[in-house]
This record gives sequence, structure tokens and C-alpha cells, in this order.
Amino acid sequence: MTHALDAVAAIGRGALGVVRHAGAIALFGAAGLSHVLRPPFYGRIFLGVFLEFAYFSLPVVALTAVFSGAVIALQSFTGFSRFNAESAIAGVVVLSVVRELGPVLAGLMVAGRMGAAMAAEIGTMRVTDQIDALGTLSTNPMKYLVAPRLLAGVLALPLLVVVADILGVFGGFLVSTAKLGFNPASYLASTFQILTTNDVVAGLAKAGVFGFLVALMGCYHGYNSRGGAQGVGSATTIAVVSASILILMFDYVLTELFFAR
Amino acid sequence: MTEASGVPKIKIRGLCKAFGGKQVLDGVDLDVMPGTSVVVIGGSGSGKSVLLKCILGLIEPDAGSIEVDGVSILGLPRAAREAVNARIGMLFQAAALFDSLTVWENVAFGLLARGGIGRGDARGRADAVLTQVGLDPSVGDLSPSELSGGMQKRVGLARAIAARPDILFFDEPTTGLDPIMGAVIDGLIVDCVKRLGSTAVAITHDMASATRIGDRAAMLFRGKLVWQGAAAELLHSGNAMVDQFTHGRREGPIQMELRR
Repeated sequence: MTHALDAVAAIGRGALGVVRHAGAIALFGAAGLSHVLRPPFYGRIFLGVFLEFAYFSLPVVALTAVFSGAVIALQSFTGFSRFNAESAIAGVVVLSVVRELGPVLAGLMVAGRMGAAMAAEIGTMRVTDQIDALGTLSTNPMKYLVAPRLLAGVLALPLLVVVADILGVFGGFLVSTAKLGFNPASYLASTFQILTTNDVVAGLAKAGVFGFLVALMGCYHGYNSRGGAQGVGSATTIAVVSASILILMFDYVLTELFFAR
Repeated sequence: MTEASGVPKIKIRGLCKAFGGKQVLDGVDLDVMPGTSVVVIGGSGSGKSVLLKCILGLIEPDAGSIEVDGVSILGLPRAAREAVNARIGMLFQAAALFDSLTVWENVAFGLLARGGIGRGDARGRADAVLTQVGLDPSVGDLSPSELSGGMQKRVGLARAIAARPDILFFDEPTTGLDPIMGAVIDGLIVDCVKRLGSTAVAITHDMASATRIGDRAAMLFRGKLVWQGAAAELLHSGNAMVDQFTHGRREGPIQMELRR
């Protein structure tokens, strides 16, 4: 009986911990967003993070997108050819990439790159007293460190996803025309015929949310890291893992919101 | 342990702070009179850094009061708190320089954050302060990671005094430095405090540093101030705890919690 109660208590403690953590992250995000809207603004910090986010993440996102588009074309062909439905491949590729794979894969790649970098940088600042030093120099750390990163995340990932969408479709186009024998003109015509503005806007909206989640997880776990190098390492790992899981969870929620009928 | 007369620059009464079950500060009373330098000594984990962080508003105490120039600074709104902190300069134990910025940007950080000064003027001011702490202005273009420990401490000191604060805090200013560099940093601290006419609080467990920097000294042990007097009396205070600590004796009223 005692063991059973202990187990229930442990589950209860775990559940309370999750709720407490979720609340703390929500408050942290709300505080960060409120500083995005109130001066002073740190344009130099924002530009640095934005460049790191958007420009220096381009190669990894571009490669991921090209090969994903190519794989979808190949896999669709092997499946659809059984039902003589090869003509649907262009549509499958463009909708998969624009609606899902573009934002999700770019988000996951950026979570690994930028989420880790943010958590490590801010975490190191925490354990070396640099964040405390900001407080003694008339600078609010939330405004200086967190707000520019959240804004950069929200604005940069949609730009990356535009590139990912184009390259993903291009990857599918390459495989379809060079390997599977599709006519280039008719492949492109099918692509543009099935793609709607809503698909693009929904994908970009997802990207904005995912960019926010990546930046939020990086900043939150870095800001709250403790215990020296090990603490920073652990914060970095948690930031990447939690951002990746949240991207997949929010992807489902946003897909329900945008596309479920 | 408080001063008898006058309005203290910093007045602390009954300050308590616990982390989990550990009482780190347990009713600290301390007055720091204007223009004086007070050194707080004590072993590792005795609560010295927590005391400074409570005054700076980086840690919220559980109980007690802190006044600066007779005005309570606990529970202030953020803007008012920032105004108080703008009057305080702090040299952190490991300097805490921002490694994403150059040395001169570190020194001028507080000036630029407060506004009313362009980057060109801030650079000029940073160069002047770097010279005051014995560094060549050309150091301003380097990254903090390119500096030695002693140079980083000097840059930290330059950053602390750049805005000419009327209160200066020093957290273990000589930790990690060789004795000569420690003496150099102490000399710079004394010069800066005198030049600015600031009130200073330093925490240290370096006795040579304590006697060089301080006009007055206090010892913190298990969250309480157990002795206070002139810094010159530190080495012959007549207090058994202070004597054991300053002379580094194993035997005495202070028992280290060691696992054998």
C-alpha cells in the first residue's frame, strides 16, 4: 500500500513539475515578447542573431530541403505507379514540402543549430556572472538577450522556409525530370496548378511559430542554466530536444487549425 | 554591528536569506559610512557574495532592510531599481566581461546603456578609463579572451568606474592573481575609490588585500557578522574567530565541515 502511494505521489510530483515548468516558460516567453515591443531596442544584437539565424543556417536548410524533395518524388513514384497515379507526384511533392517538410525540417535543423548556440551562449553568460553584470550596468537582460533573439527567430525562419520550399520543389523536379522521365513543363504546370496561396501562407505561419519556439527554448534553458560547464551542456541538450518536440507538437496543432475540415 | 552616528551610505538591518534549508544570511546588520571602504571577510560559502547580490537586487532577501542614502531599495519597481544600480559599479570575481564585445565596448557598456552619449565619445571615455587602470588604449580593440587574468580584472575595474559611480563593490578582486598583480589591483582600487570619492564594499578572503583596500572590516561567519572594526586591526583583533581566520589556523572556534 505504501509503495502504491509512493508511486502515485511520484506521478503527482512529476505532473506538478511539468505544469510548473510550462508556466515558467510561458511567463518567460510573454516577458520576452513584451520587451520586443518596448524601447530601448537593441538593433545591433538583433541583426547579429538574425544573420546567424537566416544567413548562416542557409546551407544546412538548403541541403535538407533539396534531398527531402528528391526523396518524396522517388517514394511517391514507387507507390503511385502501382495505381497509375504518377501525375499526382508533382502535387504531392509541392504540398508536402510547402505545408509540412519545409517548415518542420527547417525548424528542426535550426533547433539543432541556433537553439543549441543560444542556450550555450546565454548559459555561459549565466554561469560566468555576465547576466548579473548586465543588471548592474543599467541593462535589462530580458530586453538585451532574450527579446532580440525571439524577434530574430520569428522573422528569420519564414525566410529560410521560403528558400527551403523552393529548393525542396526543385529537388523533386530534378528527380522527376532527370530520373523518372517527367516532362519539365508539365511537371511545373502541375506544381503551380495545385499550389494555393493558403498553402504558402500556412507554411510560413508555421515557420514563424517554430522560429519563436526555437529561440524561446534556447533562451529559457540558457537563462536558467546552473552549475558551470555541465549545467551549460545540459541546458543546451534540453533546449534542442524540447524545441524539436515542441515543433512537432505545434505542427499538429497548426495543421489542425489551417487544414482540418 | 553598526556605526554610532551619521547617515550611512548603505544601511543593512536584519538581512536574512536561505537557499533550501541552508541559512546563508542570518540577520546581518551593517552600516557603510560615506567615503569609507568596508571589507567583508569570511570563508567560502559564508554568504559574502549573497550579501553583495542582495544589495544589488540580484537576489531578493527573505527578510530585513537595505537602505541607500536613507531610502529603502528593496521591492522597488524596475525603473527605480535601475536608477539605484546606475549609482553602483561592480567588479565581479572573474571580471564577468562580455566576451561577444571588444574591451572598449565592455568598458563603455554602462555609458552607452544609459544613453546620451555617442559611440565615438564613449570610445574616448573608455580609452581614458583604460589609461587610469594602467592599460594602453590599444587594448580596447582586443577581445576579453585575448587578455591575461590580471588585465581582465583591470578591464572589469575600468568598466565598474567608467560611469563614475558613488558606490563601488568588489567581489574577490585578487582571486586567481599572483601576489604582485594582486597588489597592483588593490592599489588601483584604492586610487579609483579616492579619486571618485566613492563608498566601497569589498568581499575577500585575501588578508593582504583586505588590509590594503579597507578602512573598516567585518567578518561574516555562518550568515552573521561576528566582528567589525578598523581594517588595520584585522591581524590582531582579539576576536578568536577573526584571529583563526586571518592567521589560517586549523584549530580554533571555526570548525571546517570536512568528511574524513
